[in-house]
Amino acid sequence: MEISRRTLLGTTAAAAVSTLPLRRARAQAKPVFKIGVLNDQSGPYRDTGGTTSVICTQQAVDEFRSQMQGYDVQVITADHQNKPDVGAGIARQWFDQDGVDMITDVPNSGVALAVAGVAKEKNKLHINSGAATSDLTGTQCSYNTIQWTYDTWMLAQSTGGATVKAGGDTWFFITADYAFGHKLESDTTALVKAAHGKVLGSASYPFPGTTDFSSFLVQAQGSGAKVLGLANAGGDTINSIKQAKEFGLTMDIAALLMFITDVNALGLDVAQGLHLTESFYWDLNDKTRAFTNRVKPKTPNNWPNMAHAGCYAGSLHFMKAINHIGVKAAKASGKAIADAMKALPTEDDCFGKGSVREDGRGMFNAYLFQVKKPSESKMKWDYYKLVQTSTPDKAWRPLNAGGCPFIKA
Amino acid sequence: MLTVLGYNIGPMLAQGMLGLINGAFYAMLSLGLAVIFGLLNIINFAHGALYMIGAFVAWGLLTYLGVGYWPALIIVPILVGGFGMLLERVFISKLYKLDHLYGLLLTFGLALIMEGLMRNYFGSSGMPFAVPESLRGATRLGFMIMPTYRVWVVVASFVVCIATWLTIEKTPIGATLRAATENPALVQAFGVNVPRLVTLTYGAGVALAAFAGVMAAPVYSVNPGMGSDVIIVVFAVVVIGGMGSILGSILTGFTLGLVEGFTKFLYPEASGVVIFVLMVIVLLLRPAGLFGKAA
Repeated sequence: MEISRRTLLGTTAAAAVSTLPLRRARAQAKPVFKIGVLNDQSGPYRDTGGTTSVICTQQAVDEFRSQMQGYDVQVITADHQNKPDVGAGIARQWFDQDGVDMITDVPNSGVALAVAGVAKEKNKLHINSGAATSDLTGTQCSYNTIQWTYDTWMLAQSTGGATVKAGGDTWFFITADYAFGHKLESDTTALVKAAHGKVLGSASYPFPGTTDFSSFLVQAQGSGAKVLGLANAGGDTINSIKQAKEFGLTMDIAALLMFITDVNALGLDVAQGLHLTESFYWDLNDKTRAFTNRVKPKTPNNWPNMAHAGCYAGSLHFMKAINHIGVKAAKASGKAIADAMKALPTEDDCFGKGSVREDGRGMFNAYLFQVKKPSESKMKWDYYKLVQTSTPDKAWRPLNAGGCPFIKA
Repeated sequence: MLTVLGYNIGPMLAQGMLGLINGAFYAMLSLGLAVIFGLLNIINFAHGALYMIGAFVAWGLLTYLGVGYWPALIIVPILVGGFGMLLERVFISKLYKLDHLYGLLLTFGLALIMEGLMRNYFGSSGMPFAVPESLRGATRLGFMIMPTYRVWVVVASFVVCIATWLTIEKTPIGATLRAATENPALVQAFGVNVPRLVTLTYGAGVALAAFAGVMAAPVYSVNPGMGSDVIIVVFAVVVIGGMGSILGSILTGFTLGLVEGFTKFLYPEASGVVIFVLMVIVLLLRPAGLFGKAA
């Protein structure tokens, strides 16, 4: 057969065209791991999580891309509106239909416990950064959940412990009336009682939606307690402290959970002198500053706090674990990824060197800070003085004390 | 110490005072809503958002232009009231001929847009706003410490409420307004520009919300969610008082503040629902509200 020029050109062109979709198909065939950032993007915890968590997660993916072995990672995001049913619904859809492999952040302990349940049921992975309840690695622990950043026990131990040591032996709590508030109150109560202190009273207020705390502040003052324990977070903590100052409260305030984003909103005038605990602060060392400089341009008005940093570090370690066990095993089981995360030591710019314990507890230093006076602060976001560092063995609840069913007591 | 129902009277008094302060905010906000509903028949769901905008404008004036609290108390209601008039002219005026529900949906949509935009730009933690120098400090009352600023809130709110009520019920302007609501065509025939009157009334209602926003700025954190936190309660106040009844919304605002205050003391967990329980009871017994006229 004689091949005409026209046929030759036509065949070549057709061949060229037909290889294109093939190539694209091959690119699609590269497995994709999806990370879902599920948090509050419109309510009281938006600044402590929200878009800055998404940015930090994406930062981890972008930085790790060159080391991904035969897979790609995509980040998607949704707003759980602080409703456990909404959060669990999104988690179900993500795992069942959208191919999500890991859900991260999830502030609000109520939502976090619900999402952890779904992750367990579907054998996927939940790396929590934003929620506080120590039940996530205690009575409600699961092979499929890792709690990276902080918890109520560690907050009670660090902030509460320092307050008790300074002579604060009688307490009154103002508590957000849901899983988180009650856990933070009970963990701190245990610590106060262990130090032979007393809890003289507490008021649980409806969450969310309470803006006026004056009534509870007056009750606290009337109780005669030396310390006001704030078992709440975000906008509620801000309002409580602001109003405490207005009412000339003479008690010591233990803001048991406070992020740098809250201090920024309060202003140093009001917040100065408060003690609080975070496991990350942007100005801790060269590495934390370097990390902050990398993400700052993307979130100039809301610098990363420990929950944001936890989304970064947790995602980074998640991808290292996938490299370790291989794509196939990682796709098959969230527990397998979690096991690998526990087996591998952690190291990142935010939390330094650390590990993930058997019960899913991230083991890092906890730092007790004091908020600077306005005169000590050189710039916006220069807010903390380091008071005390708790090493992982001191910072976290002992492994056998949490009541986690698969840990031998 | 004296006791009532087994509780010390001191703490009860303190809770009553605090309830009255919250009631002052409820009264100011529900007053604006009642004016707008009573005279224009608009269920203004954007009221909370405009209250929030009022607080933010006060914060912006202070932060960017150095304009303090006292001038803001005058400037902000004028600015935000003007913005309200613009909203009324451009959007709301198109719906007067339709069912109430359309106005409700429109203003609800506007509220969501305003909140979303503010949240996108300012975040949710809120902005610091200090109590003005002249109102700092507190007085020891024996049973509690009363911050000077909160006393000022109650006094100012009371004055504004009474002034508004007098304007609408006892002055020629108020009479014209009420007439225009009853029979716009007839009032128009007397040479009164009714659409302009309606726009001004909406603007005045919004200005009341903005005024409450400035008053709230030093007490609560100035944040995009502050309006939606309070608007549902305020609607309950208006419904209990009787939709459109100005005196009703004032009295109910203060009373419900008191009820909520005592609940916070006796059983804090219920303080979020007590107002709605009352609303259900009132609606069952008096569907037109405590001060409303049955249709």
